[in-house]
Amino acid sequence: MSKIRIVHYINQFFAGIGGEEKADYKPEIREGIVGPGMEFNKKFGDEAEIVATIICGDSYFNENLDEAKAKVIDMVKEYNPDLFIAGPAFNAGRYGVACGTIANAVKEELNIPVLTGMYEENPGADMFKKDVYIMETKNSAAGMRKAIKTMAPFAIKLAKGEEIGGPKEEGYMARGIRKNYFADKRGSARAVDMLINKLNKKKFETEFPMPNFDRVDPNPAIKDITKSKIALVTSGGIVPKGNPDHIESSSASKYGKYDIQGFNDLTSETHETAHGGYDPVYANEDADRVLPVDVLRDLEKEGKIGELHRYFYTTTGNGTAVASSKAFAEEFAKELIADGVEAVILTST
Amino acid sequence: MVKEIERAGLPVVHMCTVVPISLTVGANRIVPTIAIPHPLGNPSLDMDEEKSLRRNLVEKALKALETEVDGQKVFE
Repeated sequence: MSKIRIVHYINQFFAGIGGEEKADYKPEIREGIVGPGMEFNKKFGDEAEIVATIICGDSYFNENLDEAKAKVIDMVKEYNPDLFIAGPAFNAGRYGVACGTIANAVKEELNIPVLTGMYEENPGADMFKKDVYIMETKNSAAGMRKAIKTMAPFAIKLAKGEEIGGPKEEGYMARGIRKNYFADKRGSARAVDMLINKLNKKKFETEFPMPNFDRVDPNPAIKDITKSKIALVTSGGIVPKGNPDHIESSSASKYGKYDIQGFNDLTSETHETAHGGYDPVYANEDADRVLPVDVLRDLEKEGKIGELHRYFYTTTGNGTAVASSKAFAEEFAKELIADGVEAVILTST
Repeated sequence: MVKEIERAGLPVVHMCTVVPISLTVGANRIVPTIAIPHPLGNPSLDMDEEKSLRRNLVEKALKALETEVDGQKVFE
């Protein structure tokens, strides 16, 4: 049997072209292996080989999505591969999103099996783990050898159309798919086994894991709102006009803290939204439609609230990683408490 | 963010249009709003009407902050 033909997608960094300054590198295809492809080919042995490597800058890909996608697909087509591999991307956000996007597009358009790999918190993971096989990797390129060690044999299995085991056994991220299989023992026997293990404080593994909701109990109500200091927070991306801190329109990497002392009303001259993904016209016309500063000022004057906190906190909720938003709020909640804020109104678009 | 603010010890009310998302995320006090691009406004109203609509929603949010809840509650 002839070798399985693979096309490999990597970014400018792993191709050795450059870092952030070269992130606008346009898609290019090179015959044979580049960068991490060498390790892949080693692990493939005689069974498969990377016939070509596509290199594309992460910013270029994400900023010119349709164009980049079309171009890369054409390049892949040219080599008529049996399988497409992207990455691994570890925890590089744009690279992960690019890997997931292009792997999914190749699967959809060229109808060949695809594979990528990344760290579980890479935004690309949540975006694409239901569409394509994503092998779980460490969060930095230090995990390259380990990642390729699991990705390479799995790639061969995929290309050969062999039966794929469950996510844990194979090392990919759960896709939310339930598959029927014949177990050795019937359900009742398995349940009793689990129970005995549990009673004996031994390890057991549920067959029906509950989703992780991570609930937080509500705090007690405010006793007297007319004496309380209230702060405004938003994921709707309201920022002073010009977006001075360049908060990203999606996948925000930061939040802003802005002074509203002296503002009785937000207007199109003073504030706007940095948020992508929703029509910004209404928020740009009047940011109070997202961040109700005007009304809270009135209520403050009328003595219906104690005080509107001097600063509001803002980010864009568009595609922003759970881990990032969590970190933002962890940080600014401390500041809010230190500033004597007693309650928060958080608005979302 | 809503959850981390709550976890830090501050009562928080989430004003949002897509309530199912808020429920999934785990907000406890939720006030449903008008529309995704203008949660606290309605451009088809004139300015005064729009502001009183907004005031209504904010007052609802303040009431929610003054209300003891045990678990998630949507303040319609």
